[in-house]
Amino acid sequence: MSGRGSGSPYAPHTDAETEAMLDAVGVDDVEALFDIPDSVHFDDKFGIDAKSEQEAVVETKKRLRRNDDLTEFLGRGHYEHYVPSLVDHLAQRSEFLTSYTQYQPEVTQGFLQALFEYQSMLVEITGLGVANCSMYDEATALAEAALLAKRVRAADGDRVLVPDYVRDGHVSVLENYTNGAEVVVERYGTDAGNVDVDALADAIDDDVVMVYAENPTTTGAVEEHLNEIGDLVDDHDALFCLGSDPVALSLLQRPVDVGADVVVGDASVLGLPTSYGMGLGVFACREDFLRQVPGRLVGASEDADDNRAYTLTLQTREQHIRKERATSNICTNQAWVALRAAIHAASLGSEGLVNLAERMVELPRDLAADLDDITGVRAPVHDRHHFREFLAHTDQPAPAIASDLEAEGFAVHAVGDHRLQVCVTDANEHAADRLVAAVEEVTH
Amino acid sequence: MEHYDQAAYRQVDDDQYEPLLAEKDETTTEVESPLPDELTRDELELPSLAEPELARHYVRLSQQNYGVDSGPYPLGSCTMKYNPRFTEDVAALNAASVHPDRSAESVQGTLELQHDLQDYLGRIGGMDAVTLQPPAGAAGEFAGILLADAYHEANDEGHRDEVLIPDSAHGTNFASAALGGYDVVELPSGDDGRVDLDALDAALGENTAALMLTNPNTLGLFERDIERIADMVHDAGGLLYYDGANLNALLGRARPGDMGFDIMHFNVHKTFATPHGGGGPGAGPVGVTEALAEFLPEPHVRQTETEKYERYTPEHSVGKVHGFSGNWLVLVKAFAYIDRLGDDGLSDASAKAVLNANYLAEQVDYNVPLGPFHHEFVASAGDQDAADVAKRMLDYGVHPPTTKWPELVDEALMTEPTEVETKDNLDDLADAFNAVAADDTETIENAPNRTTARRIDQTSAARNPRLSWYDLD
Ligand SMILES: Cc1ncc(COP(=O)(O)O)c(C=O)c1O
Repeated sequence: MSGRGSGSPYAPHTDAETEAMLDAVGVDDVEALFDIPDSVHFDDKFGIDAKSEQEAVVETKKRLRRNDDLTEFLGRGHYEHYVPSLVDHLAQRSEFLTSYTQYQPEVTQGFLQALFEYQSMLVEITGLGVANCSMYDEATALAEAALLAKRVRAADGDRVLVPDYVRDGHVSVLENYTNGAEVVVERYGTDAGNVDVDALADAIDDDVVMVYAENPTTTGAVEEHLNEIGDLVDDHDALFCLGSDPVALSLLQRPVDVGADVVVGDASVLGLPTSYGMGLGVFACREDFLRQVPGRLVGASEDADDNRAYTLTLQTREQHIRKERATSNICTNQAWVALRAAIHAASLGSEGLVNLAERMVELPRDLAADLDDITGVRAPVHDRHHFREFLAHTDQPAPAIASDLEAEGFAVHAVGDHRLQVCVTDANEHAADRLVAAVEEVTH
Repeated sequence: MEHYDQAAYRQVDDDQYEPLLAEKDETTTEVESPLPDELTRDELELPSLAEPELARHYVRLSQQNYGVDSGPYPLGSCTMKYNPRFTEDVAALNAASVHPDRSAESVQGTLELQHDLQDYLGRIGGMDAVTLQPPAGAAGEFAGILLADAYHEANDEGHRDEVLIPDSAHGTNFASAALGGYDVVELPSGDDGRVDLDALDAALGENTAALMLTNPNTLGLFERDIERIADMVHDAGGLLYYDGANLNALLGRARPGDMGFDIMHFNVHKTFATPHGGGGPGAGPVGVTEALAEFLPEPHVRQTETEKYERYTPEHSVGKVHGFSGNWLVLVKAFAYIDRLGDDGLSDASAKAVLNANYLAEQVDYNVPLGPFHHEFVASAGDQDAADVAKRMLDYGVHPPTTKWPELVDEALMTEPTEVETKDNLDDLADAFNAVAADDTETIENAPNRTTARRIDQTSAARNPRLSWYDLD
């Protein structure tokens, strides 16, 4: 990394090589190769000093170290489970990390097989016939689902219904993606943390192309009306899109059994630590929508020796072939995150996943009970089963409590004037007792 | 099965092999839960492997995969440069691992890094403000379309419903404009492979919302008339959008902002060396001029007078294009890369990328029309089928170029060696091109022969889709 002057440390040319190459090209100076008119030539500097690798590490660390070291009890769509060490070691294999989309399947069988396995796991988990090999995140996957619904529904329609607990940010993404298709996104009511089936029945009509619901919901409740929602949506010939994740679905009702047509969600609950919201968009749907699926699909085939082989398939759906008529504009996706999730899932297996999911029901139940013992706190707010997280009512203003808790080293959501949201998983359960003590302290 | 591999496959019959992870029958787990039965599924059937087997399975798969670290990867338009590994370590720091709903006061480090990356990208692109939210280039394009839309609406010009795109542009440009609800007007390129000013003039009008341009374009050619183009678009009341996929050609020598672009995206997984990860994740930050800054997605990050950092919602924000803040860990890597290279390194990266492309173009026997090239060139396979050429190149142990695109060149071989190849590597790469150029049709049609899998039947894959274990016989 030294002795090469001040250029890029990753451009390996010696001076002699550079000279020989310039000679071969027939110019004296590399600048002569740039066909840029003087009037737009940039003659200044960016003002960024080059650094050694060590200095660059220090610079990045220096900034990130300014983050307070809080124990997070945060969820609402972005979760952490313990990621086995092996996941990182395997995903970091250069051959995986430094490759790109499998345009040449004959030399990328490894990644293709891993993605095929990822798709297969989602098919097993959802019970739906097709899963693609990733969208960016849950919000964009939800938006793609609405666009698919608009395309596949036989009768015209332009309404998409989402429950009122969905994050505003997710709804914003959904609206931005569907505006161009003239879809109108509307919220419908909930009751005690679950879908209010009557409110949904009032809201739905034949203009509705898709109804969205979550299990568990953004506020952690296990949804108890999925069958009714599925029937209602079916009666209006709309698509039922269910939001969830692969850990929750290892335990909760299988989407296909409740009439879900599309499943979206975030699979980065497996394989990725908390990452400021970086995601892995799940997209699975019924097989009859196959030609309308957004994003990449890996399929099995045979090679010239008749051996099993994998390849990207049905690419005529995609932007590089279909351009403005593609099913989506996505190109670069989240393949490496999918690889990580697949490794994590394979290391847990069915038993590990189900056990983990069961813990995600027990942990919030126990923590809510402990918080409920504190005077001035009522938890959970909704008389439901919960998964990972729940709402707690506080007599005192919740934002003030959250900020006091921060001073004690804990991060929780304040989601209303008198509501906290608390998320507990295997990643932070060790600190649950301390959180309870801290809540007790700051509320008294 | 010739390449039978115990760690990745199991033999189920005399001549039948299945991927090892498909062995799922014995691992059914009945669900016995803390929930009432009606709220749970009955069973889950997923494969499970003990850790040593799992390690071998994925290591074996990795050995059947070609990456930049395996050898030359001149995949045109994708900028497959070396990914410095120290950036992996900084992204893996505990302090990078925070929840997006943390209070601004408690994540000053994250906000500072976001702010500083916004600042770096602004300087590199010549843009006044930058959002880091779009999770890939195409998502950046779409964000750019939303911004243009909001801008025109705010100026009572909401009737503008056309986006102009040259025929040489990447498919995502068309798809992103359509996603935003715009009609796409495809501009035929001139004989020199660049924007045809007459065609542009004819297409521009009161309905023009924007022109999306890649510069240098996908043929590796700089749009020399860029100032004239910018004037024409602006005079018609449109905005000029820069597709940053090819920015590796210009670092330190020209900036989209100075060329008259109003909106641009960066492909950090190309220009700033974050790993492509078998297809992603990338990141597609978007830069804009002052006039568009008020429309940027929220939350945006800025520095306060007290030297702190805060999130805020720009006055007329378009809202969000990603559930949270985009592909954060990728952005950390990009910051570290830019910070390491600095002015000199970035400028040298472009110099060597352009030198490498021009040198390689000189060495290949295939016809290379057009020019002069920047960071990539497009050769023509002539009488050969470009897809066959690519398959045969695999036999020579290198990754082939992008094929059959842009369509302006017959049987296109779109080649981007990037700055990371030595002269020797380029000579070897040229030898591979030239050996294939001399191969007969039968040989190239039957290639590859020395790869993990031989030529894969695409037709049967598409005609009889088998997309999971359940579709396998
Ligand atoms: C010219 C061009 N534009 C846009 C894109 C889209 O970028 P991304 O794949 O990051 O979405 C690509 C990438 O593949 C490209 O080559």
